[in-house]
Amino acid sequence: MRIAVIATCLGDAMFPQAVKATVEILERLGHEVVFPEDQTCCGQMHVNTGYLDMALPLVRHHVEVFADAADVSVAPSGSCVGCVRHQHAMVARRGGDEGLARAAEELAGRTYELSELLVDVLGVTDVGAYYPHRVTYHPTCHSLRMLRVGDKPLRLLREVRGLQLTELADAEVCCGFGGTFAVKNAEVSTAMLADKMANVLTSGAEVCTAGDSSCLMHIGGGLSRLRSGVRTVHLAEILASSDTERSGAGPSGTEQGTPARDIVFDTAEVGESKGVHP
Amino acid sequence: MTSTDLGMPTVAPDDVGFLRGTESFPVAAHRALADTQLRRNLGHATRTIRGKRARVVAEVPDWEELRRAGEAIKADTMARLPELLEQLEEAVTARGGVVHWARDAGEANAIVASLVREAGADEVVKVKSIATQEIGLNEALAEQGITATETDLAELIVQLSDDRPSHFLVPAIHRNRSEIRDIFLRALPGVDPDLTDEPRRLAMAARAHLRRKFLSARVGISGANFAAADTGTISVVESEGNGRMCLTLPDTLITVMGVEKVVPRWSDMEVFLQLLPRSSTAERMNPYTSTWSGVTPGDGPQAFHLVLLDNGRSNVLADEQGRAALHCIRCSACLNVCPVYERAGGHAYGSVYPGPIGAVLSPQLTGISGPDDPNASLPYASSLCGACFDACPVRIDIPNLLVQQRAASIASHRTPTAQDVAMRTVAAAMVSPARFRAAERVLGLGRFAGRSGRIRFLPYPGSQWTSARDMPTPPPETFRQWWKRTRGAGS
Repeated sequence: MRIAVIATCLGDAMFPQAVKATVEILERLGHEVVFPEDQTCCGQMHVNTGYLDMALPLVRHHVEVFADAADVSVAPSGSCVGCVRHQHAMVARRGGDEGLARAAEELAGRTYELSELLVDVLGVTDVGAYYPHRVTYHPTCHSLRMLRVGDKPLRLLREVRGLQLTELADAEVCCGFGGTFAVKNAEVSTAMLADKMANVLTSGAEVCTAGDSSCLMHIGGGLSRLRSGVRTVHLAEILASSDTERSGAGPSGTEQGTPARDIVFDTAEVGESKGVHP
Repeated sequence: MTSTDLGMPTVAPDDVGFLRGTESFPVAAHRALADTQLRRNLGHATRTIRGKRARVVAEVPDWEELRRAGEAIKADTMARLPELLEQLEEAVTARGGVVHWARDAGEANAIVASLVREAGADEVVKVKSIATQEIGLNEALAEQGITATETDLAELIVQLSDDRPSHFLVPAIHRNRSEIRDIFLRALPGVDPDLTDEPRRLAMAARAHLRRKFLSARVGISGANFAAADTGTISVVESEGNGRMCLTLPDTLITVMGVEKVVPRWSDMEVFLQLLPRSSTAERMNPYTSTWSGVTPGDGPQAFHLVLLDNGRSNVLADEQGRAALHCIRCSACLNVCPVYERAGGHAYGSVYPGPIGAVLSPQLTGISGPDDPNASLPYASSLCGACFDACPVRIDIPNLLVQQRAASIASHRTPTAQDVAMRTVAAAMVSPARFRAAERVLGLGRFAGRSGRIRFLPYPGSQWTSARDMPTPPPETFRQWWKRTRGAGS
């Protein structure tokens, strides 16, 4: 399948390792991944801060860039896909552009968050990953309640060899990020973060994972500030990890997340031994 | 109604009632967050009721269908509200009630005050009602020399402590029982000085006080949960039975009802009486459901007045998306599941309508006057986590309404704010791939980085982030650069 990767503005500029991992996973599964280079941002920050008029050209740009780019699009972000699927058409209609609204709806119908693409579209739960760490999973609000990804990320994590999944108490409660909420209501955001971090720490995990770099930036930023000894890693990076990884899967990485580095896979071996999707 | 003014619907007045606080949400929340007792009280109360609600909702096999039915009835109601209100007026009048139309808080207060005076009373007992809190009725009556006594236990606690309600269902949710004991010892007439904080003892103390009021009051004042247009039946749903006392013992009953509380048919109550108790008190059925239609000779109040309150509601109705906020049945489920409400408490919202639904209802009722309007900050008092929509028994898409009200907040800026300018600049960069790439290259945050590769301090507004969170240093290579380096151009 020809798959267009939506790097997301945050992923492109700040967390390229999560986007690279997305590409690696899909290529390992035998798919053709393209990166439409004119892509910028889905406009979520503008939409969710209330700048709906300013978001209109961003929606138009996203639709123009991705409409004919591939069979489907994927982003390693529940909230960006949530914006594409639930807000782009609304922004277009509000701006009086019904044609754009319909084009946005058509595109949104084949735009997926990573775990949705893997489980629902590609029919894979075992992506051949190896990650020997204690991991807890935080279901981000927009993947949980906008996209309803349900237990798809957990089904993917349960198939990762070496990974020990620990339960996160009050997992479904927001971490307090909320985009510009984190700065406009910084104190409430921090109070929510404090509870999330307490639950992450009592889970006994050494890694907290999620499907959104933005929420992880918030949780990881708090864990780092506390020198907690727990780090955040994007779900895609865990699914892309393998035991043939060049630098090994030892206790690497920092509290801020794994360092940006190239991950090398032996795709042939993984593909054969685990019988993953061609 | 004598007015024939057909101008644009107006917003609620600024000088009467309690729909707007005096400071923005972040400022008010700052104080609340530091109150450890408040945090503990709210955390305990909301956690308990969240758990109970989840259990009683899970046992209803057709809960989703009920939610959709509730949503459909409310949408139908709003689509023909004027017609239904006139039908309600006819039905109430036919059964011996008198209907009054109040455009705003001031008119409603004046109508109620004159009705109380006509009844020859200077004292009234009140059923718990948010609409009368909204219009500041108690304060308006006091100015006329009329004493209003709240009879709902939590509302009484709030009144005795000269406080404001902070929750729809449990107005004193911010108080624990030892605080309540102190309030009773200080303010409850004739209280036993040996009162303990045992819940039963507290309830008995309030009961002794309230019984005296019930037996002497000649006028009762209530709100309404529902009003069936076809039969003219008004309904109040409660737990304590104190409301039932106010609704049945006095000679005169005055009900102040927001116009959005009308439902088309008596049979619609079937849906809402299943949705409301489970969503609000987490009970399968509430202990007391009172319904009445006009007056019944020889039984209960012999004079019944229904005051239909607009106070900005027509303004909300005029907005095709925003009007969904009028579907609210005040169950408070969205408050109990909201992580922002749980930490900041109801007072931080300024208005009598707190929580997620308040954050979209209050600014619509009052309008937003500009960036410094406290109500302009309310739609931003949410991380848009969506828990409120999942909990709402009538499926109000509160996250979407929050976004729409953020847009309304921005539209009120007469001159661009610093944030407006910044967002415009970013948007301009984001529609141009070349400018976006250039912006990525000059992110330049690295110069604030500590030795560890984490940024511990950023200048304002980044300081709002780094006050509690580190920031990763930008990577040496963006994804775009990596792609170009490893895949070459033209892919």
